[in-house]
Amino acid sequence: MSSSSNIGAFRIKGAGRHTPARTARFTFDGKTYTALEGDTVASALLAHGVHLVGRSFKYHRPRGILSAGPEEPNALLDVSWDSARRQPNVRATVQEVFDGVKIASQNRWPSLKHDIGAFNDMLSPFFAAGFYYKTFMWPKEAWAKIYEPFIRRAAGLGEAPKEEDPDHYANRFAHCDVLIAGAGVAGLTTALSAAATGATVILVDEQPEVGGALHHDAATTIDGQNGYDWAQDAAARLKAMPNVTLLTRTTVFGYYNHGFLGLVERVTDHLARPGRNLPRERLWQVRAKRVVIATGAIERHMVFSNNDRPGIMLASAARSFLNHHGVALGRNVGVYTAHDSAYEAAFDLKRAGVSIAAIVDNRTDPGEAVLAEARALGIDVLTGHSVTDTSGRLRVASMTVVRNGGANARKIKIDALIMSAGWTPSVHLFSQSRGKLRFDEANQRFLPHIYTQNCVSVGGCNGTDDIADLVGEAIAAGGGSIAVTAENRFEWTGGMIGAAEGAGPDTAVKAFVDFQHDVTAKDIRLAVREGMHSIEHIKRFTTNGMASDQGKLSNMHGLAIAAEVLDRPIPQVGLTTFRAPYTPVTYGALVAHSRGELFDPARKTPMHALEAQAGAEFEDVGNWKRAWYFPRRGEDMHAAVNRECRTVRDVGGVFDASTLGKIEVVGPDAAQFLNLLYTNAWDTLKPGKSRYGIMTREDGFIYDDGVVGRLAEDRFHVTTTTGGAPRVLHHMEDYLQTEFPHLKVWLTSTTEQWAVIAVQGPKAREIIQPFVEGLDISNEAFPHMSVAECSVMGVPARLFRMSFTGELGFEVNVPADYGPDVWKAIWERAQGIGACLYGTETMHVLRAEKGYIIVGQDTDGTVTPDDAGLSWAVSKKKTDFVGIRGLKRPDLVRDGRKQLVGLMTRDPTLVLEEGAQIVADPNQPKPMTMLGHVTSAYWSENCGRSIAFALVAGGRARMGETLYVPMKETTIAVEVTDLVFFDKEGGRIHG
Amino acid sequence: MRKYSVFAIAREAMRAHKGWEQQWTSPEPRSSYDVIIVGAGGHGLGAAYYLAKEHGITNIAVIEKGWLGGGNTGRNTTIIRSNYLYEESMDIYEHSLKLWEGLSQDLNYNVMYSPRGVMMLSHNTHDMQSFKRHINANRLYGIDNEWLTPEQAKAFVPVLDIAKTARYPINGAALQRRGGTARHDAVAWGYARAASDRGVHIIQNCEVTGIRRGPNGEVQGVETSKGFIGAKKIGVSAAGHSSVVMEMAGVRVPLHSNPLQALVSEPLKPIFPCVVMSNTVHAYISQSDKGELVIGAGTDQYNSYSQTGGLQIITHTLDAICELFPIFRRVKMMRQWGGITDNTPDRSPIQGVTPVPGLFVNCGWGTGGFKATPGSANLFAHLIAKGEPHKLAAGLNLDRFRTGRLIDEAAAAAVAH
Amino acid sequence: MLLIHCPYCEEDRSELEFRWGGEAHIARPENIAAISDEEFTEFFFLRNNEKGLTYERWRHIHGCGRFFNAARDTVSDKFLLTYKADLPKQPIAAVEEALAAAQDKVVETWEQTEGDAR
Repeated sequence: MSSSSNIGAFRIKGAGRHTPARTARFTFDGKTYTALEGDTVASALLAHGVHLVGRSFKYHRPRGILSAGPEEPNALLDVSWDSARRQPNVRATVQEVFDGVKIASQNRWPSLKHDIGAFNDMLSPFFAAGFYYKTFMWPKEAWAKIYEPFIRRAAGLGEAPKEEDPDHYANRFAHCDVLIAGAGVAGLTTALSAAATGATVILVDEQPEVGGALHHDAATTIDGQNGYDWAQDAAARLKAMPNVTLLTRTTVFGYYNHGFLGLVERVTDHLARPGRNLPRERLWQVRAKRVVIATGAIERHMVFSNNDRPGIMLASAARSFLNHHGVALGRNVGVYTAHDSAYEAAFDLKRAGVSIAAIVDNRTDPGEAVLAEARALGIDVLTGHSVTDTSGRLRVASMTVVRNGGANARKIKIDALIMSAGWTPSVHLFSQSRGKLRFDEANQRFLPHIYTQNCVSVGGCNGTDDIADLVGEAIAAGGGSIAVTAENRFEWTGGMIGAAEGAGPDTAVKAFVDFQHDVTAKDIRLAVREGMHSIEHIKRFTTNGMASDQGKLSNMHGLAIAAEVLDRPIPQVGLTTFRAPYTPVTYGALVAHSRGELFDPARKTPMHALEAQAGAEFEDVGNWKRAWYFPRRGEDMHAAVNRECRTVRDVGGVFDASTLGKIEVVGPDAAQFLNLLYTNAWDTLKPGKSRYGIMTREDGFIYDDGVVGRLAEDRFHVTTTTGGAPRVLHHMEDYLQTEFPHLKVWLTSTTEQWAVIAVQGPKAREIIQPFVEGLDISNEAFPHMSVAECSVMGVPARLFRMSFTGELGFEVNVPADYGPDVWKAIWERAQGIGACLYGTETMHVLRAEKGYIIVGQDTDGTVTPDDAGLSWAVSKKKTDFVGIRGLKRPDLVRDGRKQLVGLMTRDPTLVLEEGAQIVADPNQPKPMTMLGHVTSAYWSENCGRSIAFALVAGGRARMGETLYVPMKETTIAVEVTDLVFFDKEGGRIHG
Repeated sequence: MRKYSVFAIAREAMRAHKGWEQQWTSPEPRSSYDVIIVGAGGHGLGAAYYLAKEHGITNIAVIEKGWLGGGNTGRNTTIIRSNYLYEESMDIYEHSLKLWEGLSQDLNYNVMYSPRGVMMLSHNTHDMQSFKRHINANRLYGIDNEWLTPEQAKAFVPVLDIAKTARYPINGAALQRRGGTARHDAVAWGYARAASDRGVHIIQNCEVTGIRRGPNGEVQGVETSKGFIGAKKIGVSAAGHSSVVMEMAGVRVPLHSNPLQALVSEPLKPIFPCVVMSNTVHAYISQSDKGELVIGAGTDQYNSYSQTGGLQIITHTLDAICELFPIFRRVKMMRQWGGITDNTPDRSPIQGVTPVPGLFVNCGWGTGGFKATPGSANLFAHLIAKGEPHKLAAGLNLDRFRTGRLIDEAAAAAVAH
Repeated sequence: MLLIHCPYCEEDRSELEFRWGGEAHIARPENIAAISDEEFTEFFFLRNNEKGLTYERWRHIHGCGRFFNAARDTVSDKFLLTYKADLPKQPIAAVEEALAAAQDKVVETWEQTEGDAR
């Protein structure tokens, strides 16, 4: 069968729109087939008579191809380009064939034809809807250990990819006057009309070519042309217009607030050898002033016994395969319908040489025109009849036909069956826009009613069936004045929702409502019997409409069956919510460029590269990369940190403090403003001096801290924690703009304007002395907590005399661009003197030795200044500051609050675990009473022992007390101490 | 109530499942009840069940505006864990977890509690300090929670990317093995069935429009779309709408209602064995029994009752998921949805008495109410029956905002629920 | 994603440029140090959290940086008005009318019912 020239035994000569000479070879479950370019996987397989393509979710029933579009519930396949480019759950009716593609069926073992899982089908009487809620409860542990793993293995469909996706994805933001979803007759006409007004238009269609229903409907004439040809001409005209963007293979998947829409464009999935620079898919995020929804309608299946066998298909799908792809779905086809549209499919097939076994119409009054045409073509029409069953294990072989209300069933041999229960308007986007629907009783459908966004529905999705009306509606929606004339061959009538006669009563009959999830009419009836009276309960209990097609075919049928059993009108039973996305969207497309480095750009200081050269290890602090420690050859972290700690105290060290937040607070009322924002008093701070400040929120808990330097009467240089800078500025702006707008103050973030080089240690002055110009930095002239503007290496600088180590220290602020040069010079000199570079770990140890806290580590948002031992920094004189009232609340002033204290382990070599909990009585049973926890703990090389901070209930009253830290294996005894472990007199800082 | 069992299923299978009873009834409301609970989610239905079972009060109506279980009970990502930091939190969540462990048997309804483990990823020193604080507190309180190295984490979740070159590399993880998931709808249905069986009236499609109060300010009943219904005790458990219902009684609560979104993928064969959360990159994920990857996204920044949210919230979450699990980039999002969460200033719930006599409130569970369902319901029943909180829920009172005794899990840990 | 009109820039810009700032028109008490615990709770914690018309603050944080006020319907998320921070609460004429759309013959999905029930 599979010679290279064999394009399929079911290709109809002269039918279809593909070029016979352009072939592509592909494999399905290991077997090679030849397709034509333009085929979908579905049409290519059907051309070779392959109908069986998958197994259903629950019963593992053999399944074929039901539709020719994105609503496909059955034909979900695994498509591979190569081992890393493998895609599960691909709809065969959407995926285009290209040369070399490998396709495999899913959810079957060992093979598609012989699937062990099909045993479930025999057990199906036990597996009624919701059965799992009623069993698998004994013994108690068995659910998670036995039943659930078994169920999980049986469920699921495709296999997830095993390798990282090598493809890339793109993102584009766009704005337009009009976005049109759907490029069928309605969408194209709207676009032509809107474009004529000069509006910017984005026209979107999910298929490779425009045309929509014209793919299958070959009998429509527009402006004297065959409809499909007219559509291609219209597309060409639109593409030539500068104000129009036409996107095909693109799905509008979501309609969000305020005219915001999500689109996904499939760029390369149809190409055998895509260019390397092409993204696989492109996400479009469009803000449209107006949206025109022209999404058409989807044909429904008939609900009857065994309506799911391979070879049973929607009538419009059969028509699409024939008229667009040139493929017949069989040689002897039955028709079961409640709508005229199936007749036209039968006519097209008949004319193509396919025998029509019979049209079984469950109505007594089909449209007269189609009836007459059927007679003229010699097709047997059985009105008032139903198909009550089918046979055939892996492919339908017969249909059982009965007169409605009658008894004598007869079997008619067929090799395929097409069906139509009418058309469901695609109101998904309208509903996502939060528009409100009404129920069209006459035609048993929901239609757009009240719009809440600036959009309009036209054509099939608006229930406009007559093509002349549709064109008029579209022209009006576009707002232009153009003329388009269109006519159909037949006017359609009919349609039904719910179970047809062939769905039988509540017996063993399986009349499928939702194919993928194996939900049958009797499941829905059972749900209602069990008390599920809301459509949402029914959906969740039966899983109707929850499969990957999201109920495009099943929702209306399910609703009608429920309404019938409940004996309530359909609108009263309600409708489940239409949720985005319209069809599944690849995560990769939604992620687009946000991966790796671009996932969250890392912030790096001006000296980052120099630190990396010097061998720094970095750590993440917020989104900064900070130098953590600088290991020398052979040193581990512990050794490096010990050496750095010793060196800083013995000689000196150079540290990159650039990540600290910096805010310039300027204006005549700057001091008054800081008085309100910090707990400290600022009006008493003299220019040229700096002070440690604490910021609380209104609730009185510590929010941030930092050193603030006063450069002039009206100018402060405020520093914040590394992570806190943006929120502190936001917090300040909030108060300045909305509570204290009378204050003349300006705030500017200067975090990234300054590179900050901290030089600490006994030789700090000696290190920086030669570089500082125009400033006497002697101890007398420039004591601890001084600040001045000066020049460093000829660069304008701000010099702080300050210390977070307890040593003599300076922080050199120079404009960021000069940071690396100044750093190099300082480091070169420091190195000569015997100082070291040090990182955040050493900084942490040194500050802990001196009892300095880190906000966010030693505090956690529930700690007051007093808890942290910082009540000295809370002004007693001020009548107002943010937090003044919060601090007085009952729980914030009670005794026994957790207070920050020092801990010394009885065994000085033991370093506590940060986060370890503290108890008074280590022998009490669980749950134990915990007094607090260890916030910081280090080996202190300078103290020759371990040191720690802890928040301990009533901690300051426990000085000298022994407490316990129970760890998993052992209990550690600790003594409560004050926070200062090194240089308790504090002389070194003034050196 | 007819007992569910494999034998009952076998019997029904023989007769086309004709014999199943309604799981709950839909009665017309009486003119008054001993207790009215506003909101038929898991917490409200469960409270009715425990009032009937443990406190002998069966003359109860649970009044629901929509369909039972249709609020956050039916919209969450079903994560269950109890490894919180503060004693007030550990008390209630661990009480809940213990009830989860026997809930299917208690209700005779398989709620599919699946202790497959909840793993929280640590990405930096701050995370590590915070997680170890939790682990130590949990251990001393008798709650399981353990530290894993990156390699151990990867052994538990093979698809995890622990490369040191990642933008936010993983430096360890905290694992609560008893944590996991359950089937959310089944929880509402199981409680509804068991409560209905004990005589509780579940009144759906009935909106509470007012709370009537007597001369001394005490509650007398509720005005509803089906008329006035009397009761001396009213419990409000209407997540998402707590502010609206409490306002009817003139009680203001410290809440913000925010949309919270979630999404599921197409169904896949088993690939993801547990629940993984990462606060630093903002993601949480598990795989349902049907095979869908269930992913929780963030809340929108503004107050809203719209149950929709911005696409940017979803894309940001997927950015994070694909950073942690790069093989998922080709997986497809099948469905996204939103719920409305009530968020308190300290991100801990409020359960307690109110200034209005006879009015009790259970709200503010934020993004984490599902895991608390049995425990919260059980203790809410105690509160309503006794008029004062059970000691396990005493700290969750409304007064803490006045005193400042907050239970600030968010500030303390920066861990999402 | 919301589209927000900044009254200072006089531009409609994407929500990504803005940060929500909580309920509007809550003034910090001038004598804050002297208020009672109850008054402090009211000021700092208790919020209307309206379903329907709400007055709220936004900041054009990635734009002009200004705080401003907005009137928005929290059910539809539609902005009715945005105005500068120093203006008093702006009455919204006919808001109730605008929000009360005709309901007859409308079939609702559950979420829409949810949104309208108030």
